[in-house]
Amino acid sequence: MRKRTFFGLSKPSFHYELATAAVADPVAIPTPETVTLYIKQELKRTSSSLKVGTSVKTGQRLVLNEGDDICAISSATGTICAITPFLADYGRAWTTVTIKTEGSDIPDTEFAEASQEPSLETLNRYLAASPGEPDIGPLMDARNPVHTIVIYGGNADLLIDTSLYLFKQSAEAINAGIEILRKTTGIEDIVIVIPEESVQNYSGHLDARMQPVSSQYPYAQPLMVLHQLTGRLPDEKGMASMGVHFIRAEAVAAIGQAFSSGRLPVEKAVAVIDKQGVRHMARARVGTPVGVLLKTFDVQVNDQDKIIFGGPMTGNAIYSEDLPIRADTDAILVQDKSVISLYSDYPCINCGDCVRICPANVPVNLLVRFLEAGQYTEGADLYDLYSCIECGLCSYVCVSRIPIYQYIKLAKFEIGRIISAEEMNEQ
Amino acid sequence: MNSKKMLIVSHAPFWHDGSGIPERSYHTIIAALPAACVGIAYYGAPALGVISLAIASAILWELLLNYASKRPITVGNGNAALIGLLIAMVLPASAPWWLVLIGTFLAIVIGMQIFGGIGANPFNPVALAIAILMVSYKSHLDFDAALVNFSLDFPSTTDPLAALKAFGPAAVENLRPVDLLMGRQVGGLGSTCGLAIAIGGIYLILRGIIRWEISIAFILGVFISAMLFNMSDPVRYAPPAFHLLTGYTLIGAFFLATESSSSPVNFIPMLVYGALGGVMTVLIRNIGAYVDGVIFAILLINLINPLVDKIRPKAIGKVA
Repeated sequence: MRKRTFFGLSKPSFHYELATAAVADPVAIPTPETVTLYIKQELKRTSSSLKVGTSVKTGQRLVLNEGDDICAISSATGTICAITPFLADYGRAWTTVTIKTEGSDIPDTEFAEASQEPSLETLNRYLAASPGEPDIGPLMDARNPVHTIVIYGGNADLLIDTSLYLFKQSAEAINAGIEILRKTTGIEDIVIVIPEESVQNYSGHLDARMQPVSSQYPYAQPLMVLHQLTGRLPDEKGMASMGVHFIRAEAVAAIGQAFSSGRLPVEKAVAVIDKQGVRHMARARVGTPVGVLLKTFDVQVNDQDKIIFGGPMTGNAIYSEDLPIRADTDAILVQDKSVISLYSDYPCINCGDCVRICPANVPVNLLVRFLEAGQYTEGADLYDLYSCIECGLCSYVCVSRIPIYQYIKLAKFEIGRIISAEEMNEQ
Repeated sequence: MNSKKMLIVSHAPFWHDGSGIPERSYHTIIAALPAACVGIAYYGAPALGVISLAIASAILWELLLNYASKRPITVGNGNAALIGLLIAMVLPASAPWWLVLIGTFLAIVIGMQIFGGIGANPFNPVALAIAILMVSYKSHLDFDAALVNFSLDFPSTTDPLAALKAFGPAAVENLRPVDLLMGRQVGGLGSTCGLAIAIGGIYLILRGIIRWEISIAFILGVFISAMLFNMSDPVRYAPPAFHLLTGYTLIGAFFLATESSSSPVNFIPMLVYGALGGVMTVLIRNIGAYVDGVIFAILLINLINPLVDKIRPKAIGKVA
């Protein structure tokens, strides 16, 4: 953790990791004893195909009910040993499927046939749960047509270089993925967002428009990129209404790989950052328990430490070493309990540090007063809630240690819920 | 799925720059101590007594209010101690014990706790308390009357601002700025030594604890408006350096106007706020009825703080 300098006049400034010339080869994590996968749907009645004891093949679609679009892709061959409900962030109800793996991999052949004819339906059916988690739904939404696809090659957070690493290692797969996306969506305008220092490494190699972004945090955060591209930020209706769709580099690589090989990719790149801040790159199957990765790199986890999916500014803390890495987990960050900073319930003292550091000019000091009181719509109407680009810098500098970023995320979530409830009522 | 290890979970971000309210308060106290020590050196034990009583009683008032309102105990954050110290610094060294107690009561209870505690006070608690004391107990805050029993080895044994008010600039002509800067003048026990206060203020600015915009704008406001008055009629109005180095000007600029919850946070509002405070100070001193205008000027700018802070840069991504 970086502390405030003695002279507090200058603002703290962070830079994203840049791709280094010498990237160590990732450590291949062997298939673990069990893999756990998420189906992002509530477990109601087990479907006929999904039962404990059923054997599954690598790359097989797992669905709760026949005909469902929402699925998980089995990342190993074995037998299902548990199906349990799972409570995800913001109280969303998901289902976990745990598979006891066997030694060998038997590939599922269903996708090989479907991959002959690339279409959006195929993408949505097979690849929505592949590494990088491409969100295909908005591309099929006729009401809000997408005109630009942004391939997000920057790093989602500090300390992480997974995306840039992928650009270096899988340029071919990414090119193939871009071609598939062009063909299936008919969208010509595909933009690759990449740190300005790295542009010359990639331009010409990739078949898309390059958009350089500053490598200073938070100028490569998705919302900030959106603002640079369009000059606007999404309101409560979300990003879909703006005709711009974000896909992570890893997802594009997965699409390319899937269609050129006829097999669904089940491995993903994960950076493991240990307590000393050393970064290890690993390739592991989706669903591998976090503990397996940590053990591979000899990271000791004790009571009251913190394990985070993602980076230090925008990641998600997890509560157990047994949780699996997800299709969208770029990095695992481990913090020792001695460096964990705690939040407090102190009120805002109006010091203004957040206002001065905010890259989006949000009046955070006023906004947080409304959000603390639960007045979310007032905060959105009067104090620019939707200008927040979700970088977390305000919480980083907060003298009162208010979880400002949490309040903002909660407010956006709650407003989204109100709006979708209203839409339901109208129908 | 539950492992035996208990991990800590929280929301992002997982880094913090390590700043905190106690650090802020204690560093502000450290910055104020040189000026307070100068006061103790000049006025001796009575000054030390006032400082000690003020800090102790401020902490006790806050503790009492914490208990009475059944809220978490907040005295550990040093804010009450800081308020006590600042109150002592603007009082004369001869302030009686009951005056100190009333002063800290007004600051902690009326000025801050009844609004909801730290961060919720619309006025600077110290300025509010001193303003009430100035209006209510005139003779105890009239430095000439209060310090009459002290034998002080100063170039002038009267309050320079009071002398200016009564007799015009001619009466204070003989005061050298160096003496004023070193605190060799009659006044509040910790607010006269401009040098010590400026050192503390610059320390706070460098540490990023107070906003330099407010202090600089306040000082410039005093200087420029005093200079304009002086240029228009040197016989009636004192030169700007005199206004800068007497009374509460510097303690106001560095310690009172910059109190965070009653001051703006955006760049232009901070300049407007500070400059207006400086101009009001000189207006009250030169035209108004009171000897020193800093306290009332600060209360006035506290009042306009929410309004000026509406001048802010447009947030990004807004369509309208």
